[in-house]
Amino acid sequence: MQPDSIDPFIFGITVLVLACFIGYFVVWRVTPALHSPLMSVTNAISSVIIVGAFIAAGPATGNFAQIMGFFAVVLASVNIFGGFIVTQRMLSMFKKKG
Amino acid sequence: MTENLSSLLYLASSVCFVLAIRGLNSPETARVGNFVGIFGMLIAILTTLALPSILSYELILVAILLGGGIGTFLALKTKMTSLPQLVALFNSVVGLAACFVAIAAFYRPEAYGIGTFLDISSLSIVEMNLGSAIGAITFTGSVIAFAKLQGLVSGSPVTFRGQHQINALLGIILSSLIISTIFEQTEILFWGILCLSFVLGVLFIIPIGGADMPVVISMLNSYSGWAACGIGFTLGNILMIITGALVGASGAILSYIMCKGMNRSFFNVILGGFGLEDPVIQKQNTADKSIKSGTASDGAFIMENASSVIIVPGYGLAVAQAQHALREMADILQERGIEVRYAIHPVAGRMPGHMNVLLAEASVPYESVLELDMINRDFAQTDVAFVIGANDVTNPAAKTDSSSPIFGMPVLDVENAKTVLFVKRSMASGYAGVENQLFFKDNTMMLFSDAKQMCDEIVQTLK
Repeated sequence: MQPDSIDPFIFGITVLVLACFIGYFVVWRVTPALHSPLMSVTNAISSVIIVGAFIAAGPATGNFAQIMGFFAVVLASVNIFGGFIVTQRMLSMFKKKG
Repeated sequence: MTENLSSLLYLASSVCFVLAIRGLNSPETARVGNFVGIFGMLIAILTTLALPSILSYELILVAILLGGGIGTFLALKTKMTSLPQLVALFNSVVGLAACFVAIAAFYRPEAYGIGTFLDISSLSIVEMNLGSAIGAITFTGSVIAFAKLQGLVSGSPVTFRGQHQINALLGIILSSLIISTIFEQTEILFWGILCLSFVLGVLFIIPIGGADMPVVISMLNSYSGWAACGIGFTLGNILMIITGALVGASGAILSYIMCKGMNRSFFNVILGGFGLEDPVIQKQNTADKSIKSGTASDGAFIMENASSVIIVPGYGLAVAQAQHALREMADILQERGIEVRYAIHPVAGRMPGHMNVLLAEASVPYESVLELDMINRDFAQTDVAFVIGANDVTNPAAKTDSSSPIFGMPVLDVENAKTVLFVKRSMASGYAGVENQLFFKDNTMMLFSDAKQMCDEIVQTLK
């Protein structure tokens, strides 16, 4: 098989497996005190699904898929704004002595 | 924008997300980390908007403003005690968004370059259905979790005969339907998979009790990541695959940590119904055991004459809204040169790290808040352990009594302190339904009162 003919699925699996390892090592190093902000920030970033929503909502012509895309963008935006802001709110409360 | 450039920008965005999680190593770097995460999201959004296939921006702008407004409002208005509900709600939102993207891709596959309507490449349709199924389970599961946490439905496990068999059967049907889409694509099949997944999400979560919610929320958090991942595969988007894997791994690790904190296997929690299976709770002959109870002034006197105090807070503290009163008490003690620290059990609170946030909100400096592993040995050199709103996590039976349902659960060794002050409303047992042997120890003094009231009274006496 030529290198330029790698199936996108195999490429995706490669990326997925490596990303799982990165996630595993990075998350274990998070201090337990910050597990709540970890959950809210992962909430926010899992909304990258908005990327897929844009493609559905983007075409100039209106159709059913576009309406679905619209709702997906609304929902993902709730999460992006909400997730990052609530994380920031939590982190701003963690203070040192004095 | 060329495909190569956008891929590189997506890579930059993925790196930002990794750094955002990496920043949570310590509270000092976490704030910067969060901004790096926001920056990464901005790159992802702007890159996608610049793609040639996006032609109309009005609709997208309206959607972002609408969603962003709702999200901002929720994030600013939610009380920190309700944080688990908010996270559950956000999880459900990601799940539903994944469903909508999958529906859009199903009806307009050309936009994503995966085929034409009802003639999507077989790999893509399976990935799409997998993504939408996980998304749907995440959505309804999180809605149920939200309702349980918010008290809209009873937090107690809902179980019925043959529940696990029905779940297993539905799971098998779901898997075979997803596989069958390789051979035949119909609208009915697509919607059928979606509806079945919605039902399964409900059935998965209803048997799990309110006190197991830390595991459930972490698990649903993980699911939301895998849903994003599945959709990422469908759309061939590397950024979504990477981010989904990061979120999925994070949620899975948190579920593991929570399960370990309760000494329960993941399957045990998922199968649910804890505390119902064996109602034969050992009613030990409590009559001939004596307890020592005291008043707020007794407690204040003991702490005043101590040189070190470790406070053990539990969820009851948050229920009684006693964090601020507790911190006031700790401040007075510290002013008098008494060392005050806090010991946090992994499952204190209703989600991972919840108690740390609640204490941080009450302006407790984070250096004095220590995890179980860090502080457990210090109880032996401590004058007073002040247990407030916690119960099962201090029960020595977990170490000694192999017949106890909580045997093997890591507990805080509070009984090693010279004196244990135990604030509790009554002698009732904790969530595990086990009597706490700590109550009957010679060095334990029970302070029967509401957590907030007790702290206020101690503060009054100390002044």
